[in-house]
Order: sequence, then C-alpha cells, then structure tokens
Amino acid sequence: MKGSIRIDPERCKGCSWCMEYCPSHAITLSSRLNLKGYFIADFEEKKGCTGCALCAVMCPEVAIEVYQIEKTDERQ
Amino acid sequence: MKTIYARPRSMKEAHFHYCPGCGHGVITRLIAEVVDEMELRDRTICVAPAGCGMLVYNYFDIDTIESAHGRGAAVATGIKRVRPDNLVFSYQGDGDLAAIGTAEGFHAANRGELISIIFVNNGVYGMTGGQMAPTTMLDQVTTTSPAGRDSLIQGHPVKICEVYATLDGTSYLERVAVNKPAAIIKTKKAIAKAFRHQQQKTGFSLVEILSPCPTNWKMSPLDACRWVDDVMTKVFPLGLIKETKKC
Amino acid sequence: MSGNSAVGEAAVLAGCTCYFGYPITPQNELTEYMAKRIAEVPGGVFIQSESEIAAINMVLGASAAGARAMTSSSGPGISLKQEGVSYLAADELPAVIVNMMRGGPGMGNISPAQSDYLQATRGGGHGDYRTIVLAPASVQEAADLVHVAFDLADTYRNPLVVLGDGMLGQMMEPVTFTTPAKKKEYPKEYVLTGASGRPSRMIRSLLFDTKEEEEHNWKLFRKYQLMEQNEVRYETFLLDDADMALLAYGIAARIAKGAIKRLRQEGLRVGLIRPITLWPFPKKIIQETAKQLADFFVFEMSTGQMIEDVRLALEGKGHVHFYGRPGGVIPTPVELSRIVARHYYQSKQGKKP
Repeated sequence: MKGSIRIDPERCKGCSWCMEYCPSHAITLSSRLNLKGYFIADFEEKKGCTGCALCAVMCPEVAIEVYQIEKTDERQ
Repeated sequence: MKTIYARPRSMKEAHFHYCPGCGHGVITRLIAEVVDEMELRDRTICVAPAGCGMLVYNYFDIDTIESAHGRGAAVATGIKRVRPDNLVFSYQGDGDLAAIGTAEGFHAANRGELISIIFVNNGVYGMTGGQMAPTTMLDQVTTTSPAGRDSLIQGHPVKICEVYATLDGTSYLERVAVNKPAAIIKTKKAIAKAFRHQQQKTGFSLVEILSPCPTNWKMSPLDACRWVDDVMTKVFPLGLIKETKKC
Repeated sequence: MSGNSAVGEAAVLAGCTCYFGYPITPQNELTEYMAKRIAEVPGGVFIQSESEIAAINMVLGASAAGARAMTSSSGPGISLKQEGVSYLAADELPAVIVNMMRGGPGMGNISPAQSDYLQATRGGGHGDYRTIVLAPASVQEAADLVHVAFDLADTYRNPLVVLGDGMLGQMMEPVTFTTPAKKKEYPKEYVLTGASGRPSRMIRSLLFDTKEEEEHNWKLFRKYQLMEQNEVRYETFLLDDADMALLAYGIAARIAKGAIKRLRQEGLRVGLIRPITLWPFPKKIIQETAKQLADFFVFEMSTGQMIEDVRLALEGKGHVHFYGRPGGVIPTPVELSRIVARHYYQSKQGKKP
C-alpha cells in the first residue's frame, strides 16, 4: 500500500517520536521553526510511506494525518 | 486519497499545551478515539483533575467537569449515581489519585462505583515543576527528593493497581504504557475494555498508564520513552492485574 | 420530631434526591434519617462517604448532573468542606450544606454553640464568594427554611448554608410539613447529561486569563448583590416601643425571647431583632432601629462573631453591648435577663457598663 502523511507544522513540537518509529525512515527533524519556536518534523514522501500510521499513533500532538493513496490516485 | 488517520471527532481543534514528548498527548487522543469508536460521545461525561491533565476539558468535545485536586473519584461518583446510563470517567495523575485523592479513589473503588479511572503515572508532579510523587521510584531525583528518593524518610513508590486489586469492588485493573507503538495500541484496548466493564456494570475499573515526562525527568523525549521500559516497568510491571469477568 | 430529622424530611419533600454525608455529632440523626428516607425516593442516592471532603465533592458531581443534592456536618467537617463550597460557588452549582454547630475550635465538644458564624457568612473557603446563610430558630422553621434553601440555591445557582446547632438538631418539637403545590422549574442549561444533540458543555473554574477571571468575579458579585437586595429575612419581637434591642439568632434568639418576656414583666422595654438570613445580614432594620433607640445588645453562644456585623451595620451609631458564652454552654433565659437588665439600667443612668 502506498501512503502519505501531513504533519501540521504549528502543532508539531519536534519531540521526534514519529521519526523513531517510522519503518521507512521518511520523517526527519528539520531546521525550520514554527510559531511556537519548535524545530518541526519533515516528511519525505519519496522515502516510501506505506501508510502504516505508526507516526500518527505515536504523535502526542495529534499533528499527523495519514492518507492511503489508491491506485486511481497514482494514475493521475 | 483516503484519510485513514485524523483527529478524532471527540477532540476539539485546540492545540495541546503538553510538553514535547508528553504521554498525556497520546492518552488524551486515545480516549477520544475510543469514545468515537464505541459511539459514546453523546453520553460520556469526563471529570478532569488538577495537574497537567487539567485542561482536558479544552480538548475533549464531550461534557466535562473540573474537579478539585484529588476529588475526581468523588465527583464522578456523584455524577454516575445520578446518571447511571452515562459513561463517566475520571482522568487523574499520580498526585491527584495517589496522594491527595487516595481516600476518594480507594473508597470509590471499594464501593465498586461503576466509573472508570484513567490513571496517568509519570512518577512525578508535572504541572507544579517536578516534585516527588507517591509513584516516584527509589533513588529517583526530583525537586523535593534532590538526593534521590530514600525509603527511610520518604517511603516507597505506591503501586495503585496492586493496592486496588485487594478491593472486592474493583473488576478491571490493568497497567499499560504509552512509550512505543505496540504499548500505545495495548493502552487503547485497555481504555476500551475499562469502558466496556463500566457498561456491563461489572464494577470499578482503572487503567494505569506509564507515561513519559521528559521535562521533569530531565531527558529528551526519546530517552524518556526508553526510560519507561528500562526503569519504570521494573517497578511497575505492565499487564493485566485483575479482571473479574471477560469483557 | 427532632430538628435533624425534620431537616431531612423537609429536604426530601423539597425534591432533594441526593444526600452524601459523614457521621459527626450532633447531626448523625440527619444522616441516619436520610439513609432510610432516601431509599424511598425514586432515583434517590444516599452515600455515607469516606469523609466530609468526599461528601461535598459528591454533592458537586450530583449537582452538575442536575440533581438537588445536600450534605450536612458540624464544625470540623464543615471546615473540611470549604474547598468544595468554593468550587460550587465558582462553578455556579446549586447545593445545600447543613451545619449543626458545636463547641469549637478544633475538636471542641458536641454541645450546641454558635461558633461558625464568621465561617458561614464570609464564604468560608478561599476566594471572593458568599453563600446565603439561613438560621432557623425552631424545628418548624428549620423544616420551612429547607424548602427555601433549595429554591434559593437553584434560583441563584449558588451553594447555600443552613446554620443550625446541636440543640436545634436534637430537640423535639411538633412540626407540620408542606409539599409545594407546584414545583417551580429552574433553567438547567448547565447540567451535564452527555453531549447528545447539542455542543459539549464544560463546568470549570480555572480561568488563567486574568480578564476572564475578573469578569467572572464581578458576575458572581452581581449575583450576591441581588441576594442582598432580595433575600434578607429577619423577625422582630416587641421592638416597636423598645429602648434596647437584643440581637440574636437561632437557639440564642429563643433564649433571648425568654429573657425579654421576663424583663418586660419588670417593666424594661427590651425588644428583639432576630436575623434569619445571617448573610445577607439585615442591616436596614438595624439602621432603622438606630433612629429609635441607642442600645443594642448582642447575645451569641460564642465569644462574639455576629457582633462584628452589628457594628458594621450601625456604622458607629448607638451603643453595642455584648454577652457571649462559647464552648457549648447554654445560658438560661433567667441568666440572660439578669445580665441584660444590668446593662439596661446602667445605660439609663448614663454609665458605660
């Protein structure tokens, strides 16, 4: 399954829990700051997100939305 | 694209005030997810504590009431006795339940009140800046045990689940954690099970959740997660402590 | 029927379905009465809680869930409840708290006293709030005022104190109970029932934003102002031609009436002002009476608490005399009449007693 996520930059506090458990290592800590002053998480789709949602399960800020990319999406 | 994970319906849009890497964030979300999945939003009433969890009424989109520090079990008792068809749960930390709320929690459990307590155990008083809690472990350094907890003058950590297990009024007690995905999934199941016990009127239910507190443990969020496994679970063993009936 | 039992029966007839309490003398008969009586009420809830603290918090939960809830105690237990009363006031939840006063401070004793006046009339707990305080002086009045108590608590969405004492609680007098013909409906848009078909509600008193907290305090203040305007209750006895006014409440007022009857037989023109609401305090009648006479004699079963409110009401006018007996001592009307007489004569001769 192919998946994708979106991390809300203003909710993220850079705790790094999502990064630790992503099996595709698709999330890293960026050097971008949000309005609260936290370094926020960065998602790289091309690393091969499977939509496992472990990142969203770990996230203590409810900052992550997870999507399943259907075959029809891919063709587009 | 299909959304397979998003903010639960029973959760308001407010951003959490919790510290980075705080277990409360996960626990708050899990409760909202369980309330949604069990379709309980229209009949759930939550009692909020004093402590880091005190702002859950800003996060849950369900009827909530603030309780004075430690009194959550008594407030929940009053509500449930008047509205037995509602699902009533209290969200309490280690100061709230295991220190100042000892009598109220113990006796609600002993009376077998049909309420559920979500007990967040992070071994320290978070909101007030990291003082010793009844659940602080021996040798653990806190602001009021700067030399580490000494059993001779400060006693031993309290294991709430085991204490409540001796009371006949309790029907479901489980200790879980929120420091890694597998543990979080177990915690969600435990919360749902506690609510089912309440619905099936088996007795008093409590889920004790070991929760990382990076700020007051003076660790990074990831180290705090590891510490739960490496140190906390040795003193507070995870698992089902008591279940009088399968729910 | 004893005062304790009468309070219980009146509460149930007034629609109280929840009672939470912890044993403490001299009000145990009330707790025990409710244990039996509440069982006869559909949906009734009786819990002997593990402490007075737990009881007041159960009242808070029950009130938030929409029930008429009551608790009772005496001095030490009432002190324990103060945090809960503060929260009830802040949350704007109705509740009735009955205090059958006893000797204090500390463990004190179990004899009747009027030792908790200041505690009851100054809010009692932390924060800027007040509770209406009703002080019955007979078993019948206690039964009548309990109805008033629940109605006022609901009208103003505020906790309310019924202040009795051990004598009132345990003495036996005839009493007639009335059930109101039509139950008055109070708006209940704050009650927690589960967010079904409506937005979720929260009941809380934590207001970090100081502007919000200030506004909340002023909102409560305006409520208390309404209470002061509308809810003062008092009784006068033989005041019209008096040149000395006794001031006493509760059981002390019964003793005072007995003393006045004796004094009147001897030709001393003494009357009585009996506050029924201790808060809001009946300032106006005292100020009115100060135009007619100069001598006010405060009698309390304490070392002097209501006397402060009398002095405040008089604003320096007139002359305040005092006789107090703390510790659970109950003077007889004869004793009181002798002391009042001495003060009366000394005033007449222009001497300060």
